[in-house]
Amino acid sequence: MTEYSDRFLVGSQREQVSRFRARVLLFVPLAAILFQVYVPRFFDFLGYLELPLLVTIYFALMRRSQIGGLFIGAFIGLAQDSLSIKQPLGMYGIVKTLVGYFAASVGMRIDVEHSFIRLLLIYFFYFFHQVMYWVMLRGLLGKQIGFDVKRTLIMGVLNAVVGVTLFHFLDKLREPT
Amino acid sequence: METFLNRYRNITVLLLVIFAQLVLVAVQVRNDQDVRLVRIWTITAITPLARILETARSGTLGFVSDYVLMHDERQDNRRLQTELDRLKMENQFLKSEISTADRAKALLAFEARTPSKTIAARVIAAGAGADSKVVFLDRGSRSGVEKGMPVVTPDGIVGEVIAAYPTASEVMLVTDPEFAAGVVSQKNHVAGTLKGQGQANCKVDYVPNEEKVDIGEWFYTSGDDRIFPKGFPVGVVRVVRKGSPYQEILVEPTGMARGLEAVLIVVEGVHQEIPEAPPANAPVYIGTPPPAAPGTQPATESGIAGTAADRLIEKYREIGTVENHKYGEGGVGAKPPDFNIKLPAPGTQPPAGAAPNGAAKPPASVPPATKSNPPAAAPETPPAQPKTQPQDQ
Repeated sequence: MTEYSDRFLVGSQREQVSRFRARVLLFVPLAAILFQVYVPRFFDFLGYLELPLLVTIYFALMRRSQIGGLFIGAFIGLAQDSLSIKQPLGMYGIVKTLVGYFAASVGMRIDVEHSFIRLLLIYFFYFFHQVMYWVMLRGLLGKQIGFDVKRTLIMGVLNAVVGVTLFHFLDKLREPT
Repeated sequence: METFLNRYRNITVLLLVIFAQLVLVAVQVRNDQDVRLVRIWTITAITPLARILETARSGTLGFVSDYVLMHDERQDNRRLQTELDRLKMENQFLKSEISTADRAKALLAFEARTPSKTIAARVIAAGAGADSKVVFLDRGSRSGVEKGMPVVTPDGIVGEVIAAYPTASEVMLVTDPEFAAGVVSQKNHVAGTLKGQGQANCKVDYVPNEEKVDIGEWFYTSGDDRIFPKGFPVGVVRVVRKGSPYQEILVEPTGMARGLEAVLIVVEGVHQEIPEAPPANAPVYIGTPPPAAPGTQPATESGIAGTAADRLIEKYREIGTVENHKYGEGGVGAKPPDFNIKLPAPGTQPPAGAAPNGAAKPPASVPPATKSNPPAAAPETPPAQPKTQPQDQ
């Protein structure tokens, strides 16, 4: 790759980095977590939605910064852990940190503006999130629980569909370039 | 380093954040035994490292320590080897002392048991010749030892004093080729002459072929030689062969069977009966002799007066009777009987009680050619003068 092409790519990536206001970065994750812990009390079927995960994926993809992505994932995950009394702090934090890091890595390399790409990425990262969480439950906490692949795949589709919609809404909150 | 961190900054931050959250989880989680996960992880992570460090430390220090110790170990090994050698020698010495004590004990018991007067002596040297069968004892003429005195042990005869010096005496052993002594077998009372051969076994000569001598039978001194009192064990018959004109009988002498260290010098011999049973430590079983036929005299009292020694014995007995002297009594240096006095005419029988101790008196009525005596027609000189026998032949 030539020096000219390197400059072009860097310049292109800088142009694609989405910027958000600080309050958006703070409010949207908190709202997602609040939804995760509050809404399922009234609408049980909405408990299958992983809004904190979807928000993490979105900000990581759009920020295109690995460090930013992992910190966003760590922050949202720890916040989610702090609201789930049954799990020790760090379980969701570790998993969402990995998701944020890898999502940012992917966002740096491919165009994540397309809805189908987003659908696939959400589907993949949801599956990855669930697998990693199951591994940590077994590895760290020693819980002998099974992994329902079929249910996870179905829920992945559901979250992917919801995620694409959510991403479209969150795109409105980006600062204009 | 800075370039390295810049290059891998993202992954480093990721690992740090993951690690921090893992620690956070570990602090909260407890295992089944209520031990925090962070403690388990820490110990699990630290223990192998500590083990490796300890192994390295102990190995290094151990090597150095072993090297230093080995340096000292060589000296210790040398010292221990020296001590081991010393203890081995000491052990050998103590074993020898015990053996000597046993022999001395047996010697004392025998000395108290035998009627002969004896003095104990120790072998202090051996003869200088390569095939010499001579030893030196630590008792000499100052102790009353005289040339010609027999030397015995509880196990049997050893030899004869051939020279008495003031502080020592020289003894010719039974295995010396020049040694000879009158012997008689225990079972059938077959008389013969024991001769040394320069080997372990001795030869009993002048035993006719018709005489019965069994292997394993014991020979005792007969007293005919005027050296050894009658009744001392000599040895066990090992070989019996027919020969011409006499049997070839080899006897294993028992006097030196348990080593030759302490002996007894018989300064005043007393004849004894030949025991019917072999010594207690006899290596073979010998049955009791058959009962004597009515009208015949027991074999032990069979006549042996036909030899020159027998005649000399008779003469000395008569002298003792005339002078009222009892052989075997009186201390060393006591006045001996006068052997030059005139005796009654030949054929006069001495009184029955004239024989010393009354034990070895052969009956005068027995003809010379009894089965216990060498044949009268033998061309050799009768075996009553043992020391001259081999030379004459």
